[in-house]
Amino acid sequence: MVNEGPYNHQASDSAYQFTKAALEKGHEIFRVFFYHDGVYNGTRLGVPPQDDRNITQLWQELAEQHDLDLVVCVAAAQRRGILDPDEAKRHGKDADNIAPRFRISGLGQLIEAGIKADRLVVFGD
Amino acid sequence: MSEIKKFMYVNRKAPYGTIYALESLEVVLIGAAFDQDVSLAFLDDGVFQLTKDQDTSGIGMKNFSPTYAALGDYDVTKIYVEKESLEERGLTLDDLQHLTYEDEDDDWAEKDSIRLVTREELARIMDEQDVLLSF
Repeated sequence: MVNEGPYNHQASDSAYQFTKAALEKGHEIFRVFFYHDGVYNGTRLGVPPQDDRNITQLWQELAEQHDLDLVVCVAAAQRRGILDPDEAKRHGKDADNIAPRFRISGLGQLIEAGIKADRLVVFGD
Repeated sequence: MSEIKKFMYVNRKAPYGTIYALESLEVVLIGAAFDQDVSLAFLDDGVFQLTKDQDTSGIGMKNFSPTYAALGDYDVTKIYVEKESLEERGLTLDDLQHLTYEDEDDDWAEKDSIRLVTREELARIMDEQDVLLSF
C-alpha cells in the first residue's frame, strides 16, 4: 500500500525499491495499491527533470517485467483528478491521465490483497 | 473467501489538517463488507478523531465524525483507544463520542465499542493482528 505522492515524499521510492528487491529475491507481489496522494504515482502526465528519476515510469517498467498489478483507488483518484477513459467519460471530463500498466479500481482490492497475501506492507508518512 | 484474518486500522493523526482520518474511515466502511475480524486503534493525535461535538464550520470542511457512531451497524465493534495518548492531550473518555454496538450473541444488548487500553496492551493487541493498516 502506497499512501504518499511521488517526489513529495519518499514513500513511493521506498515502496518501489522494496517491491523490486522482493521480486529479485523471488517473492511474489500480489498487488501494489495506491491510496491517498499515492494515486498521483499513476498519472502519465508527470514530466520530472531529466536528471531525476521518473517514478511512474519505474513502476511501469517493473510492472512490465513482472506483470505487477498496480491498482489506483477510485475514490481517492476521483478526488484528486486521476481518471481512466471510463471514469473521464462517466464524469463528463474532457481527458484522462492514467498511466499505462496502472488500473483504477475500488478499495475492495486493498482488503482482498490483505486477505490473500502473506504480508501487507504500508508505505506512508 | 472463507479465510478470516485479523485486520486492525491504526489511526494516528488529527481528524482535520490532513485527509488521512477521513480516507481511513472510508476503507473501514468498505472493508466491513468482507466479514473479517476488524478492529480500530486510535492513538497519538488520532484520539482527537473520536472527540464529540466537533464543529468544522470555521474551516469549510465536512464534519465526518458522526460516521463513527455508525460503525456498530457495520459490525465494527472493537475500538481501542490508547490511554496514554488521551492523557498526554488532557482528554478523558468523557471527551469522546459514546460509541456502541448491539451484541447479537447477547440478545442484542447495547454495549460499548470503545475499549481503553494502555500503550503496552495495545502493542500486544497489534502483535496479534494479521494485517495492520496504518493511517
